[in-house]
Amino acid sequence: MTSLDTPPETRTGAEDGRLSGRTPAGQTLSGRTPTGHHPTGHRGIPLSRITGTELRKMFDTRSGFWLMASIAILAVLATTAVILFARHDDMTYDSFAAAIGIPMTVILPIVAILSVTSEWTQRSGLTTFTLVPHRGRVVAAKAVSCVTIAVVSIPLAFGIGALGNLLGTAIAGVEPVWDVTLSDMLHIALANVLGMAVGFMLGVVVRNTPGALVAYFLYSFLLPGLSLLLAASQEWFRDLQPWVDFDFSQSVLFDGALSAQQWAHLGVTTVIWLLIPLSVGLALVVRAEVK
Amino acid sequence: MITVQSVTRTYGPFTAVDDVTFTAQPGRVTGFLGPNGAGKSTTMRIIVGLTRATSGTATVAGHRYLDLPNPGLEVGVLLDASAQHAGRTGREILTIAQRFMGLPRRRVEEMLDLVSLTPEEASRRVRDYSLGMRQRLGIATALIGDPEVLILDEPANGLDPGGIRWMRGLLRDYADRGGTVLLSSHLLHEIEVIADDLVVIGNGRIVAQGAKSDLLRSAGSVVRSTRCEVLAQALVESGVSFSPVGDDGLLAQADTSQVGEIAFAAGVPVTELRPADGGGLEEMFLELTAGSRRETTSHAQPEGALT
Repeated sequence: MTSLDTPPETRTGAEDGRLSGRTPAGQTLSGRTPTGHHPTGHRGIPLSRITGTELRKMFDTRSGFWLMASIAILAVLATTAVILFARHDDMTYDSFAAAIGIPMTVILPIVAILSVTSEWTQRSGLTTFTLVPHRGRVVAAKAVSCVTIAVVSIPLAFGIGALGNLLGTAIAGVEPVWDVTLSDMLHIALANVLGMAVGFMLGVVVRNTPGALVAYFLYSFLLPGLSLLLAASQEWFRDLQPWVDFDFSQSVLFDGALSAQQWAHLGVTTVIWLLIPLSVGLALVVRAEVK
Repeated sequence: MITVQSVTRTYGPFTAVDDVTFTAQPGRVTGFLGPNGAGKSTTMRIIVGLTRATSGTATVAGHRYLDLPNPGLEVGVLLDASAQHAGRTGREILTIAQRFMGLPRRRVEEMLDLVSLTPEEASRRVRDYSLGMRQRLGIATALIGDPEVLILDEPANGLDPGGIRWMRGLLRDYADRGGTVLLSSHLLHEIEVIADDLVVIGNGRIVAQGAKSDLLRSAGSVVRSTRCEVLAQALVESGVSFSPVGDDGLLAQADTSQVGEIAFAAGVPVTELRPADGGGLEEMFLELTAGSRRETTSHAQPEGALT
């Protein structure tokens, strides 16, 4: 470190010029046949393979595994609670479906958030985006993985609820009541997928696990509350609310058939609260530096 | 082959990489040398498309990295061995790479074997890995696709001396079989042993590049004298450029016989005169990057005293 003791002023400028701009003396060796294959000879990575790998990544950590397992575990717990605590005449399939639905609406968005944000918070994105440099394809694969999780876990939860209904009514000695139609189930499934999509969108926009989780709870608990207050106190907002309150427009999905206007409310709020921020987030993901 | 052409990256008013141009040739290990914060990592991230260049282009095997259909099969990349999900096992991290690239499953065990991670270690979570084990895993991930080009950012960090020797042998062998290796380090000695070509960067700019042998030769002579100022004056008069080394030494850009003649003619007593070989490169490195080092001359001493 001795040369640090003396200031560099006495150095003459010549050496920089002499040393820089020299071509590496590798020419004599460049004629060698390189090992392996030719760059153009490779096929691209199919989206199905990226999706399969992304799906695997949602299960291959202890936290990821237990988060997935908790969907089934909480469905069983909720079903058990209904069997233990519901009055006999309340013990209908609708009660079971509602009890199971509550943990699902929380866990599925968290699953979606973590699938996106862990690439940044755990910094594994450095490898992921080096192996698959088109980040849009990675994000698309993650979206497909999340929908796959929803498509598998929602029927699973309904199934656990159905078993609970059979078991509970058998124990209570009453006839099982099947008061949830297939169309109701599809509405509930859609609400769950929308909730998951909101989590996914916030993951893409925030790209940080704690930040996205906080954002999700603000989005799904604070905003609806504020909207409710505003509607209660302000006349002008009351008519506007279904068009701008995503939670409000989604809540009707749990109450059976929707009118054309309710579908329109849902469509408009989905564009405002989901699709527009998602597009912004995607543009950010593709451009952002991965550190 | 890696080609970096006039690459510049700015962050607001700050220029992290400033008009950087170099090539890394097949069959050779190219050492990318510079102090911390000089722009090595940013340049490497630009090559692999994780950071966008403000201007300029970088290609690997003649293609932009983004245009490579399955980049893992052509370029092995290790930028930060710690950038992994801490909850995954080492084997799982390799399996993910194997799946993305569409390789046979047996490649995972082959790579674990190559980097000497035992089956028991491979089943441990990366959270419990030492930095050296993470580096081995990172090198395994870089090599699993049998690429022609390797880009490694500070791969020797955290490796023990045995590990460093192992990696040196691995990279030497890889280059001798025709592969291209771009290897960064802020430690000259690490790079000096392995590299064929050197690219020295400081403050975002390339300050020197060329074959290591040429750079060593041009490193000149180290001369020490009890009357250093007189010798310096004599060197200036003879048109020999030099830089100071310690209190009583000079690194002259001339061979020992010429420096000896000058000293003799000036009637200056010489206490030491030798070719500036290995040490010369270090002096050159410190000198070339002096203006761009984070610590200034006045800060260097107290910092050293504290550690």
